[in-house]
Amino acid sequence: MRLVKRNINSDGSGAVTLCPEEPEDMWHAYNLVLIGDFLTASAVRRVTNESSTTGSTSSQRVHTNLSIKVKSLDFDPQAGQLHVSGQIARENKYAKIGQHHTLDLELNRNFTIDKVVEGKDGGAGWDSVAQAQLMEAVDPNKSTEAVAVVMQEGLGNICFLTSHQTILRQRVEASVPRKRTGAGRSADHDKGLQKFYSTVLDTLLRQLEVLLENKDSSASFPILLASPGFVAQGFLKYVNETAANRGEKLLQDLVKRKAFIVVHSSSGHLHSLNEVLNSPEVRARLQNTQYARETAVMDDFFALLRKDDGRAWYGPREVEQAVDKGAVGRGGGVLLVNNDLFRSQDVATRRRWVMLVDRVRDVEGGEVRILSSDHESGKRLEGLGGIAAILTFPIEEMDDVEGSEDEQAKDDT
Amino acid sequence: MSNRRVKTVGYDDGDLDYDDAYEEEFDEGQEEVSAEDKEQLRLGTIEVRQSLGPAYQATDQEIHDKLWDTYYDIAKTVSYIKNKHKSKSTPAKPAQPIHLPPISVKDFFADCPWGQVPQHRKVDILVEPIHRSRGLLGGASKDGKMSKLAALAAKRRQKENANPATPSKSKDEGPQDEYAASLSKLTLSNDKPGGRTQKTIGTEGDDPMSDAAAIEPKAGSELNGTGAKRDLEDEPIVERTKPSAFAGTFLDTVTSDPSATIDSSIIGNASSMFDFKDPSPDDIVYRAQTGRTPAKTTTPQKRQQKAPPKANVTNGVQNLSISDPPKIKSKNIDVLGEYKKVKHKNAANFVVIGHVDAGKSTLMGRLLFDLEAIDQRTMDRYKKEAENIGKGSFAFAWVLDQGSEERERGVTIDIAMNKFDTDKTSFTILDAPGHQDFVPNMIAGASQADFAVLVIDASPGNFESGLRGQTKEHALLAKSIGVQRLIVAVNKMDMVNWSQDRFEDIKTQMSSFLKATRFNLESTAFIPCSGLQGDNILQPVTNPAASWYKSGQTLVQALDSYEPTAHNLDRPLRMTVGDVFRGGVQNSLSISGRIEAGSLQVGDQILVQPSSEKATIRALDLDNDDGDEIREWAVAGQNVILHLNDIDPIHLRSGDVVCAPGKDQIQNTTDFAAQILSFAHLTPMNVDIHRGRLHVPGRISQLVGILDKKTADVIRKKPKIVKPEEVVRVAIELERGVPIEAGGRIVLRSQGETVGAGIVE
Repeated sequence: MRLVKRNINSDGSGAVTLCPEEPEDMWHAYNLVLIGDFLTASAVRRVTNESSTTGSTSSQRVHTNLSIKVKSLDFDPQAGQLHVSGQIARENKYAKIGQHHTLDLELNRNFTIDKVVEGKDGGAGWDSVAQAQLMEAVDPNKSTEAVAVVMQEGLGNICFLTSHQTILRQRVEASVPRKRTGAGRSADHDKGLQKFYSTVLDTLLRQLEVLLENKDSSASFPILLASPGFVAQGFLKYVNETAANRGEKLLQDLVKRKAFIVVHSSSGHLHSLNEVLNSPEVRARLQNTQYARETAVMDDFFALLRKDDGRAWYGPREVEQAVDKGAVGRGGGVLLVNNDLFRSQDVATRRRWVMLVDRVRDVEGGEVRILSSDHESGKRLEGLGGIAAILTFPIEEMDDVEGSEDEQAKDDT
Repeated sequence: MSNRRVKTVGYDDGDLDYDDAYEEEFDEGQEEVSAEDKEQLRLGTIEVRQSLGPAYQATDQEIHDKLWDTYYDIAKTVSYIKNKHKSKSTPAKPAQPIHLPPISVKDFFADCPWGQVPQHRKVDILVEPIHRSRGLLGGASKDGKMSKLAALAAKRRQKENANPATPSKSKDEGPQDEYAASLSKLTLSNDKPGGRTQKTIGTEGDDPMSDAAAIEPKAGSELNGTGAKRDLEDEPIVERTKPSAFAGTFLDTVTSDPSATIDSSIIGNASSMFDFKDPSPDDIVYRAQTGRTPAKTTTPQKRQQKAPPKANVTNGVQNLSISDPPKIKSKNIDVLGEYKKVKHKNAANFVVIGHVDAGKSTLMGRLLFDLEAIDQRTMDRYKKEAENIGKGSFAFAWVLDQGSEERERGVTIDIAMNKFDTDKTSFTILDAPGHQDFVPNMIAGASQADFAVLVIDASPGNFESGLRGQTKEHALLAKSIGVQRLIVAVNKMDMVNWSQDRFEDIKTQMSSFLKATRFNLESTAFIPCSGLQGDNILQPVTNPAASWYKSGQTLVQALDSYEPTAHNLDRPLRMTVGDVFRGGVQNSLSISGRIEAGSLQVGDQILVQPSSEKATIRALDLDNDDGDEIREWAVAGQNVILHLNDIDPIHLRSGDVVCAPGKDQIQNTTDFAAQILSFAHLTPMNVDIHRGRLHVPGRISQLVGILDKKTADVIRKKPKIVKPEEVVRVAIELERGVPIEAGGRIVLRSQGETVGAGIVE
């Protein structure tokens, strides 16, 4: 994403104009735009004119810039599209204030986010988290992307890994007959497996074409093949054979530059991606990518949790208590927050987490990791309530556990 | 076809002007003659001429024409020309005054002795043209155009001939016309250059011809009439006489007149052509379309047209309708009653489990070989093939490891099913893979088993590593899936020279472990054996080092001591699909699995979950069966292969659940609560949920509470983390709806490890 204009006041209010350049930028926009913000972008609006004399109407579509006050966001990760709907906040000759409109943000078209402080809805402006997200969004250093095929016999998940998202592009399911005793019956299984491989490969190539559409051909990204048993090896063998036979340029290029990496995973379901990203083969190739780091930190957390020595805690109340006790501070304190929490519709809720983050980072001196909810590691964290902490010293028993649970129950309802 | 037909009708108009028709036909034909055809015609003509000899003076055109008709069949052409010229050469008989009443063919033939028909007459009725006439009759097109022409022609002919003989017959004009029409159809055939049945009569003189014309209506109407009569029974039948002998030649109906037994050489051909015994397919179709008996609406004329076309094209339609498999109906057998009536041999499934490379497959291969479930020749072949790729010791494992990849890598990947019989029981082996990656397959196998054989590698170091690995995991899984009885086969005893100390050591360690796993130690047998050498499997061990075990059980004896368990026969049908495949030529879609509860029979409708698609059981096979007998039903506990109808394969996956549609059907669910015994630390996390073959991603959304192991009371609510060996109630969410119901046993795995197992609440 390109930063076109930045005008943030010291109190946090102000406007930022951005130009999205690739689909992932939509994901950043999705995180930056909050409910209550003002969003200005080019729009196509259908305008109906009523003739004053005859009462007949005519309608036409006009291109115009519209400013809306955001009411809701709809993000489609697979298509990389963001739809923002709200009420028009600035009148022009086509639209009146208060009319509803849904803006579809488009690539290479500027949009402006205007955040206000302490407005009618008590907006927080560009708080620290929002500013950090903005920095991240406009960071020109893109980390490596990767394509992963997590498979098992009869099931393949083809997904794209970007630095902030894991996008499941396609799920391939095929029925592979099991081996059966009897002469020649194992052929059924082999035939089914070959058919499955060919379906996966065709689907994969189709998806890669989409991926490469708006990229220069020099883009190099690894393709991770993960499976339990020998499915991934078998698939790689099939790929190599097919590349030799079929003479498809894309496929041959991939084979030539050894883009395929076979990794072990315990199942073909998408959540096995965690294992894949944590495997030594992948770590060697993809170190310092955000998703690899995120995966590693989650694994550390779970390892600590399993030790059950009181240094790993999860859940909103528990983490807040731990921060209050000063346990998430210098010397190893890590706060893990799912960015989902900042997307909260309730301004107060967002402020609560922003304050916690600020406090850990600035006052306590601990490390804060904001995990992308669209990565598998973020999903793991989401299962734990979206927030967790690794403490500097063990806290065996949280105060008032029962009480906090009851409150939580209230929160839930 | 239609073109040609219209054309031939034209000839009919020309009132049997033979030469005219001939010319025309030939001209038409010539247009179609290509260069190659010409060449072939030329060659054919030469050959025909040679075989004809000088005696027959046939014109080139005649020969060409016949060749064209017979597709250059020299022999046919020759015989035809011979016949033709002979009949021509026979002096035209002066019209035999068969004047009146030429009512039936029988009369017509009255003067000729049956069985010794004069040569010329035989020829006249003869052979091939029947093909043609059939085609022409069959050509009566639906639009009725032809019949009109034909009727016109017949009328005109009647006028011209002004035959005084016929009128006596005509009671009313309508039928008369149809008779004439049908006759014209018959005579029509003669007009073809190749045709010559009645035509010869025609050429012989006017009188016989008109006689024939007068006679034919009878035969013709009868011919068509019978066809129609059969389908349209309530039709007001026009008065008619019995089928004449001549008609009989067409109809193949036995007339009461003994004289009707015509020279079979004549009939032979014809009768098979004109089999009007059944309603014509057109009639069937028509009736189906109108949904009522057509007799009331259709005019006789139409009916007459309907009947003849049956012959050729429509035969295809008839065939089609025949090949449609009849809808399978349930015989409504009282399956449970039947089951109780029949005396059964005990049947049992057992799963063979243990750490990778413990020798599970080899042990079972040896067992099957010793029990002669595998013949020596097959075994020799396996041995040879295994040695060829340098894996001689894997020969016995190949009995079960049939997959090409399994053989290549020397590791079992998927469950292998095999069966053998002892005197007492018929066993099905489920040979599970030992490798960690294939534990899902092992779970699938164990969920179908009545008891388990745990194979342990006795060789130094391997037992210990196995105990940490899948020996432990498999035993735990088997127990949590519901396998109660265990036979521990201490394999590879030959590697430790049948050391009693080693055996006892393993026995002690395993006993304490199994006790912790809450297996009933009393029902657990420990059998030392050697799969590779075949010691103490069927035959007691002969090795002197094993003298301490002289009196002990062999593996087969231990298996045979199995007591059958009762199955849930009365409960609603449940069966987990183990495999979806093409079960042979006749069965395009088959599924296999073990019926967990209830019963089913051929013709039953089943519901497949999660796709909620219905299917019909077309046929079924029992796995324990030798396949000679046709099975109609199956009950819980049996391994079945169901051949299905009315379902698309995309709706079937292994792991799906089959049940009977209705109020007892299994429902798809996306979240449920379960009581889980933890094997590792549990937090809210992503897990794979296994239920038999079913294997779906999901997550533990909440740890509801830790339960007391005995009383199942909640000890601690909402724990942050659950330690191993605790019983916990969890809430589980699934990505997609799957058929899981209360009481089902599930296994939770994460990152390739079994983290818990329990029962759905």
